[in-house]
Amino acid sequence: MALLARGELRSILQTELPNVLDSRWDTQATDQAEAHGEGQTVLLDFDAVVKAEAIVEVAHFVRDKFGYDFLSNITAVDYLKHGIIELVYQFYNAAEGGPDLRVRVRIGRSPEECIVPSLTPTWPGADLQEREAYDMYGVVFPGHPNLARIYMWDEFKGFPMRKDFPKTGDKYTHVTGE
Amino acid sequence: MLKTEELQINIGPQHPSTHGVFRMLVTVDGETLVDLKPVFGYLHRNHEQLGEVNTYLQNMPFTDRLDYFNSMVNNHAYARTVETLAGVEVPERAQYIRVIMDELSRILNHATAMGFMLGDMGAWQTALLWGMREREKILDMFEYVSGARMMCNYCRFGGVVRDIDDWFITELKKLMQGLPHYFDDFEGLLLNSEILLARARNIGVLPKELALAYSVTGPVLRGSGVAYDIRKAEPYAVYDRFKFKVPVGTVGDVYDRFLVRIAEMRESYKILEQALEQLPDATGGFINPKVKQQSLKAPAGEAYARVESPKGELGFYVVSDGTGSAYRYKVRAPSFINLSALADMCKGYTIADVVVILGSIDIVMGEVDR
Repeated sequence: MALLARGELRSILQTELPNVLDSRWDTQATDQAEAHGEGQTVLLDFDAVVKAEAIVEVAHFVRDKFGYDFLSNITAVDYLKHGIIELVYQFYNAAEGGPDLRVRVRIGRSPEECIVPSLTPTWPGADLQEREAYDMYGVVFPGHPNLARIYMWDEFKGFPMRKDFPKTGDKYTHVTGE
Repeated sequence: MLKTEELQINIGPQHPSTHGVFRMLVTVDGETLVDLKPVFGYLHRNHEQLGEVNTYLQNMPFTDRLDYFNSMVNNHAYARTVETLAGVEVPERAQYIRVIMDELSRILNHATAMGFMLGDMGAWQTALLWGMREREKILDMFEYVSGARMMCNYCRFGGVVRDIDDWFITELKKLMQGLPHYFDDFEGLLLNSEILLARARNIGVLPKELALAYSVTGPVLRGSGVAYDIRKAEPYAVYDRFKFKVPVGTVGDVYDRFLVRIAEMRESYKILEQALEQLPDATGGFINPKVKQQSLKAPAGEAYARVESPKGELGFYVVSDGTGSAYRYKVRAPSFINLSALADMCKGYTIADVVVILGSIDIVMGEVDR
């Protein structure tokens, strides 16, 4: 049970669970964003990017091996230009404190690809946050006991936090955009 | 055993005990609760999307509206995130001022939270007014420094918007003279209350392991016996310079959450005393003059910063694309995530306990629905 330094998880996973790392990203190993132009998003590889289907395994691994038992935060980010949705899982070591451990999952934006196994069966605290990610970004979590919309009403169509969701004009208000 | 039929009841959304517009769909068997489904979204205004449209500075007053009891803490957490993202230095005096405001917020939040909870138990208004009385005095202090009682909009990137002066410090010391006596009174009023003992002990028990699995934070987690306080676990601002304890409960019931809150108010008082003693003089300034507040641009990247808000871990996750506004702005709201444990805490207790257990979590709908 020890705290991991920044970016250490990647090398540990490479030796101990080599199949879980997402091979599309493990060549870059970016911790710091390089100088880009304005309006350019960068994908950071802080800690580790793992395959969607391996997230449950990795979450158990960091909990049992390093004591990161506190799943604090799940954030979905829509990187429209890269064509991916990223889920950032932040774990903490409740006994020793210290900074967070970020585990990332990168999936496509289409309905067939936008699927990540649910952590709710083991971490019930993920329940509402996964529902939020589903409601706002359309990420589907198989294994979630009650994956329903949380903020928007059930009949609502579309995922309002996605970057390509129209900001003006919708069928509910009958206002047309420019 | 006699077979009984289960019944579904709606509590809320418009109900005085739900602390805002919050709806619980409960299934009861007689008076015993079988299942509870929280229903959200009545106050949803897509705060996170507003954060992507606003510039960094424009978004500061919006954070006031999250947990409207503790706008000072919200400002602090948001300012810290943007400062991490843009690499802004904060003068020491500003750090101390922020700590003073945070701890004052903690006292006012816990005092009113306990007042509201006793109101939920049937001690209508008396305890609440006790909490409100102290809150008023602290809000006057906030009004003096920021111009507003509740929507303070006080922090800026690299400091605070206005310095505190001698008048403020004198008045704060006067206010603090009355506080220990007030805590004693409050504790005496509550701990010897038959109503409270009967309604709070062994009600809404949340065991330690479950509390961790449910990601609850703040007094709810500490009431369950986990000594996790961000001020100790990952010290921010100048919290590593103060001596204070992290109070924990033993059973994890409603009563323990009570005791933790009272003990935390006393610890906040200790921090305030030390902060006033160590407060640096005004030569270092209260804000970093190099920061362009209006046109602040953060380099592409991401940042997450968190503070120990009175309700738990309040964090902001901000992704920047190099422009003047956030690309992604996410709020890790403590009340929202603490609510995920509500159903488990209520199961097996009577329907009258649900309201008390909800009160002991201390939620604010502005933050839950965002």
